[in-house]
Amino acid sequence: MDRFRDKIIPVLTILMGIVIAWYIGAYALNAPFQRDLDRRAGETPTTYEFVVKTMTQPKPTLPAPHQVASNFFENTFLRKVSSARSLVYHAGVTLASTLSGFALGTLLGILIAVGIVHVTTLDRSLMPWIITSQTIPILALAPMIIVVLAAVGITGLIPKALISTYLSFFPVAVGMVKGLRSPETMHLDLMHTYNASKAETFWKLRLPASVPFLFASMKVAVAASLVGAIIGELPTGAVAGIGAKLLSGSYYSQTIDMFSALVAGAVVAALLVTLVGVAGKLVERAMGARPA
Amino acid sequence: MIDQMNALASQIKPATAVSVPVVEAKGLGLTFETNDGPVHALSNVNLTINKGDFVSFIGPSGCGKTTFLRTIADLEQPTAGTLSVNSMTPRQAREARAYGYVFQAAALLPWRTIERNVALPLEVMGFSRTDVAERIHRTLELVNLTGFEKKYPWQLSGGMQQRASIARALAFDADLLLMDEPFGALDEIVRDHLNSQLLELWARTSKTICFVTHSIPEAVYLSTKIVVMSPRPGRVTDVIESTLPKERPLDIRETPEFLAIAARVRDGLRAGHSYED
Repeated sequence: MDRFRDKIIPVLTILMGIVIAWYIGAYALNAPFQRDLDRRAGETPTTYEFVVKTMTQPKPTLPAPHQVASNFFENTFLRKVSSARSLVYHAGVTLASTLSGFALGTLLGILIAVGIVHVTTLDRSLMPWIITSQTIPILALAPMIIVVLAAVGITGLIPKALISTYLSFFPVAVGMVKGLRSPETMHLDLMHTYNASKAETFWKLRLPASVPFLFASMKVAVAASLVGAIIGELPTGAVAGIGAKLLSGSYYSQTIDMFSALVAGAVVAALLVTLVGVAGKLVERAMGARPA
Repeated sequence: MIDQMNALASQIKPATAVSVPVVEAKGLGLTFETNDGPVHALSNVNLTINKGDFVSFIGPSGCGKTTFLRTIADLEQPTAGTLSVNSMTPRQAREARAYGYVFQAAALLPWRTIERNVALPLEVMGFSRTDVAERIHRTLELVNLTGFEKKYPWQLSGGMQQRASIARALAFDADLLLMDEPFGALDEIVRDHLNSQLLELWARTSKTICFVTHSIPEAVYLSTKIVVMSPRPGRVTDVIESTLPKERPLDIRETPEFLAIAARVRDGLRAGHSYED
């Protein structure tokens, strides 16, 4: 009951506000075109009829929430998963490159952090480059990666996954540098009194201490991976994936399709972030954390 | 004649056994270079700690008592004089794992259970699996924590956590125990209890203990030797050999003998101008 009052009601209130604002926006943006249509057809609808018409256009400037919802429902649950119109199929394609890019990015981020924490030269030289790498707009870089890799014969999943890697290694590297440096001086002194080697200090102290930092940055990284995968799908000739769906929607002014692809992307992102969060909770529980 | 020599020998024997030096400092100095100029943490410290001694270091903040302990542990490097631990340099002694160190806070690793925490030094030092299990059992028994093996640190009280950290320092059988205000953060009731437990443990294991404290009663109650220190520069102002018996119930603290030693410690602190600020 407390959960209902403290969590669900506030979320639903905000959601309702967004939906109302969305309907008002849909009316305002679709009205001029509808007025134009009615004038040409010589129709004079009542206010109620006019409002309904702005919400039921086949290619609206801004589709109304119920149009997006029914399109999303239809393309998610009523189509065969193998169909090219199924959002599940497209989400699956995007998910595959998101997850491979995320795995690679996390691994790369951890390796970079280990290097920075243990090698003074890397500590002094690597960070500026890592930060610079993230200031380059991925939208400019993605087509170059796709084209260059296609020129050497690499197409399909790998180029998209690499764009995800490029976006997701960064939060992990930054978070893990902080995490691996998080043990207190007292704990480091303790390992020193045992005459522990650097490797022993790493495995028994630094790495376990960094776990909460790892999961916090993996949450950011997995969302960035999804963005990378979608962007990677834009220049691939619109074959498959949420990005391709967005692109073809914009070619043919299928605004409803574009919006339901966006919703699909949001659902996938929410699922991924939640999954990483749950995995983090489970690991921390297994490591004896005090239950909150 | 022979009887006389035997009598003499039996007198000498315990005497030599007692006076094996474990820690020897000669003209020891340590100066930290800071932005505000040099800080003399230790200056010309001469001290010998013998095997089996319980030595307390007492003095106000900044008198170098913790620094001295850290120097013995090879956590700080002296800038003058010599220091030997078990007739080795502090570094060699550390590499030979000659001492166990107990910090101000328990410093247990929160993701390890109590038994895994005690096992930490044993894992690093490469003890065998069966040996580790046996040592965990023995040392936890020594600090009265049997039954708490599977608990995580947050499930234990502050006093129990500090006892677990003492068990961890004892687990690998170092003869020297360095303790840096181990009970400073605990309330007086818990502290009394741990003090008498520590004496009991010391009697059972015959280890050499160096113990840093702020508390005069604690120093007098525990020690065979009390080193009074003063700040700016950090130095030893008095070394008091305790005349109290080895057997010490808590109410020994009301005896005139105890109060006399406490008064001398207080005088030593005052002589070092420790009360001025």
